Amino acid sequence: MTIIAALMAVQTKLGQIGGSSDLTWILNILFYVIFIVFIFYGQRIQMYVMLREVEVSLYKLKFIKEEGRKTTIETIKEIGKPQADPTDKVDRFLEYFTISPQSLDPAGVVWKLEHILDVRDTRFKDEVKSMAPASDETQVNNLENTLEAASALNFIYKVIRHYYLLGKKTLSLYVIMQIQMILPLVMREAEAYASALKAFAYGQPIGDGAGALVAAKLMHGYENRKIAKDCVVATVPYEGRTAFVIKAEGPGGNVGKPGDAIKVVIEENEGNIATVVMIDAALKLEGEELGEVAEGVGAAIGGPGVDQYKIEDELVKYHISINAVVIKEDVGDAVSPMRKEVFDSVDKALERVKQVVVERTKEGDKVIIAGIGNTIGIGQ
Amino acid sequence: MSQNGTTSKISSFVILVVFVTLALSLVALIFAAAIVTGFFNTGSDVTGGYVLLALGVLGIAISTYVLIETRRRLSKLKIVVPPVNTIIECRKCGTKTVREFQRGDYIFKEDGPCQKCGDTMLITGIYREVKEKEKDKSQF
Repeated sequence: MTIIAALMAVQTKLGQIGGSSDLTWILNILFYVIFIVFIFYGQRIQMYVMLREVEVSLYKLKFIKEEGRKTTIETIKEIGKPQADPTDKVDRFLEYFTISPQSLDPAGVVWKLEHILDVRDTRFKDEVKSMAPASDETQVNNLENTLEAASALNFIYKVIRHYYLLGKKTLSLYVIMQIQMILPLVMREAEAYASALKAFAYGQPIGDGAGALVAAKLMHGYENRKIAKDCVVATVPYEGRTAFVIKAEGPGGNVGKPGDAIKVVIEENEGNIATVVMIDAALKLEGEELGEVAEGVGAAIGGPGVDQYKIEDELVKYHISINAVVIKEDVGDAVSPMRKEVFDSVDKALERVKQVVVERTKEGDKVIIAGIGNTIGIGQ
Repeated sequence: MSQNGTTSKISSFVILVVFVTLALSLVALIFAAAIVTGFFNTGSDVTGGYVLLALGVLGIAISTYVLIETRRRLSKLKIVVPPVNTIIECRKCGTKTVREFQRGDYIFKEDGPCQKCGDTMLITGIYREVKEKEKDKSQF
């Protein structure tokens, strides 16, 4: 309405200054035409503007996806030294999907989910080994992570393309609007995966590994042993206490099964554990400082929830307290090469963990310290 | 990273609209000049000329902006990979060196002898440094 009022004001003004010249008549007609066009086609024009915006982002997503695919194929060729061209296998891998278990009857759904995730992991590793036969275990893990990032980019591109084409086909403002509104967040995520892909391809530590790095710093120099799938534990004496420090086995890219690891350590000690301290990277809110260290209670672990369930179940069984120390970062920093701010805050988190152990336990106690996160580029 | 052909495509419809607007704006400017200089002998009223002049300038500004914006969006189509540094330290004498990350580096990897004391050097850190843009001056 404001636009129309403005147009009418301009038209009146022009009528006053232009007198009865031909130009005034032309401008009058022009204003009426614009007025009518906006009344009937205003929404459609708005829709085309939105579609154009989605289209530009789709070009960018396509570029990112193609670059991801190219990087993955190049890395496999460079590291895995395959006999044949792995392009077809990579393309097939990018289309893999996982069907989550039926939860109409939720009892036992965690174990079903765990089984499906195990099958998926085994399948992925087998595929990577067949694509890159010359790679060792660390490289297989890194390549698997690289392929997963490329697969995520492929999926994001396909979903946005779906809504774009659907919107174009149906000319439904609401289909186009919903995708246009979430587009900035989707683009942020896609850019994060693009830098994650590079980090995985080179084996660089990522922001998500902050928790694993805290544990690595604690256990470095002490003998470690494998405790669960892709997880190691070291027994570290600290201030008269015995700390069982757990992390995923590095430097290959994996998160291990910290739920199983914590369960095994508790069972080995017959539940005689004073407290569990978990360290993980946590998503920060806008306005919070990158690398801010915060402390709380509960199982600090993300993912599909299987490990969190197992940890909580075991802690309830033996009435063990649980503390959490988190390092704040946004989703982009969590999956891209570790930033200096996060790296520096690892020492602060380490001090906080030591403080929690001293304050919450007494000499002679046994504690579990679990560093959670992807341990790519982090040894022990 | 390079741009491939499919992604660097600019919509031909947008280009057409931009060039039509540009052409109309130029015509408007020519007419404006003619009216203002009295070429059409329309008498002393030159207001229409000034209106056309304003429309012409506005048209040229908008079409130039759209062209620049389209080019700017295309130049954004690249994945920026910030440099990642590896910190290597000697635990005995404290010598610290920083070099660019090399494939195969990982934290707590032994990395050859120290040039000062001959003890084994250890990779103690791998990180990237990002130069932050000036922060939003929000009081929150």
